[in-house]
Amino acid sequence: MSTAALQSLVNQPYKHGFVTAIESDVAPRGLSEDMIRMISHKKQEPDWLLQFRLDAYRHWLTLAPPQWANVRHAPIDFQDISYYSAPKARPKLASMDEVDPELRRTFERLGVPMHEQAALAGVAVDVIFDSVSVTTTYKARLAEAGVIFCSFSEAVREHPELVRQYLGTVVPPADNFYAALNSAVFTDGSFCFIPRGVRCPMELSTYFRINTQESGQFERTLIVAESDAYVSYLEGCTAPRFDTNQLHAAVVELVALDRAEIKYSTVQNWYAGDENGIGGIFNFVTKRGLCWGTDSKISWTQVETGSAITWKYPSCVLLGERSVGEFYSVALTNHHQQADTGTKMIHLGRDTRSTIISKGISAGVSSNTYRGQVKVGPRAQGARNYSQCDSMLIGADCSASTFPYIDVQNASARVEHEASTSRIGEEQLFYFASRGVGAEEAISMIINGFCRDVFTQLPMEFAVEATKLLGLKLEGSVG
Amino acid sequence: MSAGEVLLEVRGLHASVAGVEILKGLDLRLCAGEVHAIMGPNGSGKSTLSKVLAGHPSYTVSAGEVAFRGIDLLALEPEERARQGLFLGFQYPVEIPGVSNASFLRLAYNTVQAGRGGEELDPLEFDDFVRGRMQLLEMDPGFLDRDVNEGFSGGEKKRNEILQMALLDPLVAILDEADSGLDIDALRIVSKGISALRAQHNAVLLVTHYQRLLDHVVPDFVHVMSEGRIIRTGPRELALELESRGYDWLTGAAAA
Repeated sequence: MSTAALQSLVNQPYKHGFVTAIESDVAPRGLSEDMIRMISHKKQEPDWLLQFRLDAYRHWLTLAPPQWANVRHAPIDFQDISYYSAPKARPKLASMDEVDPELRRTFERLGVPMHEQAALAGVAVDVIFDSVSVTTTYKARLAEAGVIFCSFSEAVREHPELVRQYLGTVVPPADNFYAALNSAVFTDGSFCFIPRGVRCPMELSTYFRINTQESGQFERTLIVAESDAYVSYLEGCTAPRFDTNQLHAAVVELVALDRAEIKYSTVQNWYAGDENGIGGIFNFVTKRGLCWGTDSKISWTQVETGSAITWKYPSCVLLGERSVGEFYSVALTNHHQQADTGTKMIHLGRDTRSTIISKGISAGVSSNTYRGQVKVGPRAQGARNYSQCDSMLIGADCSASTFPYIDVQNASARVEHEASTSRIGEEQLFYFASRGVGAEEAISMIINGFCRDVFTQLPMEFAVEATKLLGLKLEGSVG
Repeated sequence: MSAGEVLLEVRGLHASVAGVEILKGLDLRLCAGEVHAIMGPNGSGKSTLSKVLAGHPSYTVSAGEVAFRGIDLLALEPEERARQGLFLGFQYPVEIPGVSNASFLRLAYNTVQAGRGGEELDPLEFDDFVRGRMQLLEMDPGFLDRDVNEGFSGGEKKRNEILQMALLDPLVAILDEADSGLDIDALRIVSKGISALRAQHNAVLLVTHYQRLLDHVVPDFVHVMSEGRIIRTGPRELALELESRGYDWLTGAAAA
């Protein structure tokens, strides 16, 4: 196996690259206060929310896109994007059967169950197509348990007091450039509320699909777990193959009160561009969880395989005493993909703990960066962090970088950081071959072993899916 | 396979790595039931021969042929050679972090079994099977849970190689410096393992620097390699003679 042949095993065509032919209501390109008013009006939002958007927009105008990430791209023309796209004039849906058949076929093709009978047992799904939520399954059954799971727009209509109480408390609109943009123009997303003492009876899941070429997707997700509540939530994403870049700038906020636990898992498979780096999603996402209560816990698990550019740092603010933050990540880049991803663990409360396990896999001529911050505030007596960042290189033309930032302001804190870099090399593959095992199987075994610590954190069905996905992504990278 | 059948026949083999020719017309014939030892000074091409036969991608064969049970070995991919019954025990086995020895060994076993139409084993069946073979090599079952070769001592790595030979039951086993870096006890265990696997249906090629291994695994033939060719073949006593006289008398003779 030459190095060149080694590259060709990572090359599997993207299976979700089709476009749904559906009439869409697409707003003209460009961003202005009028556009924001239009979006807010279309969604029949209350005044306070319009004001929230406008404040965010006015602040955004004063900001410049961040330049510190280890990624390269042409400047994004924010006036050349459409900020709203929805399948046309659908009547209000009472049940699944009223979903536009074309949409239903789309999601069937993607393997996303929209019929409750056909659904994965025990998983409720909110389905977002471009800018709007198409449907949410199992709402009635969840409601019996007191769990609210619906699209963000519906939450604004049905539970405005909850949305208003928590929106922007974890990621303030002024947090960063893309968070400000999202706060101004977000269109839909998911809302989950788990009341006091309730263990959510099923996995919650949102499936995001970008379909329109000229539109961006700006979704907003808010999950609140009250005291002693528990929820496990999964997010999946795909997009068609276009030769232009689409912008995806989401904001996800998690709030965990006393003894609450939120597990948030992502399997991200946005279109990554072709083998020459043409097209693909620009994924600029702000995800943050607030462990507000004592003994609360927030756990992020992500498997990032798609996007031309990934800029994403799911973080935990550990405010409550003894609260726990976790971050488990596998980021795979191939061809010309660029990923700059990691986490922030901000220890503010006493005896808070955090764990970071990051696995970066680079192939082709891609660039894979781990960037993580561990901060221990002056009052975080006894805080502990353990970080482990491992990189694996496939072939000789890719790169991996690790940027850990550690800022400790309390002498009793313990912060550990370990890092390693390995390469799947000719010698390993030859070793497998000399035992009868071909390159594809060898790579898949090495990669799965490498990612084991992260995959075990995923809900069972998704661990299987993630394993398959990595296999597909790497097929053909070694020959 | 019956004793005496030709398993491997190498004729006029020339091979190079990074543009430098290492093998310069090598001939060798292994028959079922035989153990051969190849000795020779550093740089004579012993390890290159092992890697070329196993199909390492860095080596280029420019001339010659290799028949493995009558099949053109050089036309096969390395994994296909292994499935046909060729085995290379590595001088320096690579570490494969993250992959447990148990799953690696089972994958190798099942792949080779599938290739020869044998029965594949599920994890529980395999566990019984592998533990039996490990006893032969006095290996602790804890080996199975460790990652492949990772953090293994030199002796543990070599035992792990012989374990793989024991599992895969090859027709031709090439053992590259199976004895290097071993202390007396480890040498005894490895030698015992090789001797136990020696059978009428297979052939073993021992590539070694020192004759001490040959005290334990007595070869039928000893070949001396120099500058990419076999310059002398003799009985077991040749190894003893090399031990006392060194190689110069032979290599000098070759140059003359």
